[in-house]
Amino acid sequence: MTTISEKLKEKGTLVSDGAWGTFIHQKGLRSDECPESWNLTRPDDIYDVALSYVNAGADMILTNSFGGSPFKLEPYGLKGKTYEVNKAAAEISRRAAGEDVLVLGSVGPTGKILMMGEVTEQELFEGFAEQIRGLVDGGANAILVETMSDMDEARTAIRAAKSITDREVLCTFTFNLTPAGEYRTMMGTTPAETVEMLVQEGADVLGANCGNGTAGMIEIVKQIREANSQIPVLVHANAGMPVLREGKSVFPETPDQMSAQIGELIDAGADIVGGCCGTTPEHITRMIQAVRKKK
Amino acid sequence: MQKNELLAHLSVCVEKGKADKATPTPPEMKDQEGAREITAQLIEMDVAPEEILNGALIPGMKRIGDLYGEGKAFVPHLLLAARAMNEAIVLLKPYFESGAVERKGTFIIGTVQGDLHDIGKNLVKAIIEGSGWEVVDLGTDVSAEGFIKAIEEHPKAHVGLSALITTTMVHMEQIVQSIREKYPDKKILIGGAPVTQEYCDKIGADFFSLRPQEAAEYLNSLISSTHPT
Repeated sequence: MTTISEKLKEKGTLVSDGAWGTFIHQKGLRSDECPESWNLTRPDDIYDVALSYVNAGADMILTNSFGGSPFKLEPYGLKGKTYEVNKAAAEISRRAAGEDVLVLGSVGPTGKILMMGEVTEQELFEGFAEQIRGLVDGGANAILVETMSDMDEARTAIRAAKSITDREVLCTFTFNLTPAGEYRTMMGTTPAETVEMLVQEGADVLGANCGNGTAGMIEIVKQIREANSQIPVLVHANAGMPVLREGKSVFPETPDQMSAQIGELIDAGADIVGGCCGTTPEHITRMIQAVRKKK
Repeated sequence: MQKNELLAHLSVCVEKGKADKATPTPPEMKDQEGAREITAQLIEMDVAPEEILNGALIPGMKRIGDLYGEGKAFVPHLLLAARAMNEAIVLLKPYFESGAVERKGTFIIGTVQGDLHDIGKNLVKAIIEGSGWEVVDLGTDVSAEGFIKAIEEHPKAHVGLSALITTTMVHMEQIVQSIREKYPDKKILIGGAPVTQEYCDKIGADFFSLRPQEAAEYLNSLISSTHPT
């Protein structure tokens, strides 16, 4: 199996997958259920999600393990199954991916804030390590530490990944436009500051996901590129910002609208594009067409 | 230091999150006394607890809350400020309990059913507590029954609902309805990343904001409009 870096050299721009959470809810996940528990109890449904992105033509797909840290599994009584839940997540995506598609083991934030003493760095490290061990043993080709806000937490997750595997480690942060008109994480960190830390920690790919539609991401990628012109950049944008329709909050950007902006996102410096909240296999298929057209 | 100087200093400690002498941040206040030591000193000097609350804690939290609302301070700053304020509140607690100091009222807050995210809720809690209210924190994953039980225990309290995910936000509607059935006039505030004014209007909640300080201002406005002077 190749690496992301090799695939990038070969293809130039890569396309990743779209949303998982919203998809799994559509399949009937209740809001009080743990999404990752389905890796063990409803693997066929999770396989469907993974396969739908493989069929859409993605170069890489994620795993259903965003909330797979022991800290997130604990309230559901699944802390003791951290390894199994994550191993199953990677196995399912691996099975759907076949030979040509890469599997990125998804690692999301724990919700615990280090600086407030809610958790120690050692506890955090061990928790991430257990999750990542499961993902690697289940067949993930790389680890994607994603949706991070806290530099210390992201750093700890990357170090945990590197303590376990030589496979590539990717890391994305979530930036929001502040009332002062700047892009920052909720902890106050700028895109450029995350770049500096991530390069220092040896991340192979960095970038941004969630929190923004494609338009916001274009500006964020420009700032990342000002800080570093070389390192591969991954972007998973939301399908716009949520709006209310028929009493439900929905992400409004259609596959057409989103793919129309992909050229500009690549021009800004993105190497891997995909989707976050509200994106579907159709969004991914259209993105792939837009990427091909661009070449 | 004189009383007024100490009060001003305490207010800076709250704003900057200097909880006690051992707190390492902010660097420019390293090894200086923090909120706990200064509050203890003020109590020792027989300064009225009400003056400590109104003259130092509330203005300190308001300043950091305003900066947060303007995008000039961030989650860590608010959490550190809340921790510093809490050091002072703990020392003032006996005076609250004895009735020597009256707070503005009670505010019940919780993250709605199905949602385990608590950072946003904790920020709002800190700002509202720091604005002089007693806050009853129900935690996360709170059902309509959970909110109603808390209202039964604190009948005059206002209520705040928090949600981070679009799929749990829908529970806000059910919870607002359940509360309204029993307590039609109860003031209900909602907030969280996916929440909008439009959604607030639709589900019949009373107030929405993405800025915690505005929630505090709304609650404060309820007192001035309901308390005849």
